Amino acid sequence: MALPTPAAPDQVPGQDPGPGHGRAYRDILDAIGHTPLVEIPRMSPVADVRIFAKLEMANPTGSVKDRAAKYLVEDLERDGRLTANSVILEPTSGNTGIALAMIGQRKGHRVVLVMPDNVTRERIQMAELFGAEIIHSPGALGSNGAITLAKRMAASDPRYVMPYQYGNQANPRAHEETTGPEILADCPEVDAFVAGLGTGGTLMGVSRFLRRAKPGVKIYAAEPLPGENVQGLRSLDEGFVPEIFDPGQLDGKFLVSNRDAIAALRSLVRQEGIFAGPSSGAVLVAAARVARLIGHGTVVTLLPDGGWKYLSAGTYTRDLDEMEEDLEGGVNWW
Amino acid sequence: MSVVRIPPVLRANAGGNKQVEVDGVTVGDILSQLVTRYPGLQSQLLTDEGELNRFVNVYLNDQDIRYLQERATPVDARDTLIILPAMAGGAGRES
Repeated sequence: MALPTPAAPDQVPGQDPGPGHGRAYRDILDAIGHTPLVEIPRMSPVADVRIFAKLEMANPTGSVKDRAAKYLVEDLERDGRLTANSVILEPTSGNTGIALAMIGQRKGHRVVLVMPDNVTRERIQMAELFGAEIIHSPGALGSNGAITLAKRMAASDPRYVMPYQYGNQANPRAHEETTGPEILADCPEVDAFVAGLGTGGTLMGVSRFLRRAKPGVKIYAAEPLPGENVQGLRSLDEGFVPEIFDPGQLDGKFLVSNRDAIAALRSLVRQEGIFAGPSSGAVLVAAARVARLIGHGTVVTLLPDGGWKYLSAGTYTRDLDEMEEDLEGGVNWW
Repeated sequence: MSVVRIPPVLRANAGGNKQVEVDGVTVGDILSQLVTRYPGLQSQLLTDEGELNRFVNVYLNDQDIRYLQERATPVDARDTLIILPAMAGGAGRES
């Protein structure tokens, strides 16, 4: 099958732009985005549906969160909210924290992260490597617990400045201005877009751009089925819908079990040679459902991060039955 | 009978059950019968206007009913409904 026709203005359609083209940057922050789009034909359950994967692990700190973090920090700088005494404070289960830590360090800002205490060790190590200080929230409360603790800290000390990815429009804007245009330029044939739902930043931003630029495109979310032990809410009032999330920007939402996500993830590594993190597995399970739903056409998926940070949890090697207990909430898989 | 899976946070109001079997031809039907059987769920699941509470997600065979036909979505006897509280990224995930 032929590759989709590249429509980037600086490229000759269908032709390799040549060695080094667009690959030299003055600063690591300029290297954020411009990620490759790769067809993953063995992950499509329908012969007439082509599935492509946008490889966000190719970002400088290894995840899609570099895009949002850069926009969030630059937004605060523009507003004048970051002064010499300021400390960037953010609740995160990992990737945003790592991205903020690197970008904060590059730009000379102090960064404090609130992370659930059951995230994999690699995530803490990476954030610390980039100079961030880590404060732990109870793992059983997941991201909700980290958000609550960070908000309390921010209210008690004026030095804390919280970019707050869950409620800051700079997060979806990063995707509206970068991820969305990159997808359409690399794959003008796109009929449906599938991504994971966390803060909603990726889905909201790409939806806004694609619906405007190519009316009729469908936008679908993959959502993780929470394990029994990570639903540590005392009441529904403790539930949380990110402020930036607008359900009207989606055409469908699929719940994906951790077990199915990990199984799809292992197929991806084995069959397509792509080493991604668990949330990518969930995206691919949803993409397969979308493929069956549309019957023919082109689906673009976004794979948020690589597998490195999940190796210690046995994500790629352990027996799925033996993992059941952890999948139910002992370890934060995302 | 369709199976309805109850999240931990709502089980105290549903007789401690992890899942219950309910007869009904639409999602709305099933939710009504569920709150008739367990009145304590009424204020948790539904608003005063009878709409689904903003912090509750209901999935029919893993698809969010808000993107199907909401409460009018037809349900087959072999279907599974999952009720979940809204959480950040579902379960401590972000992407």
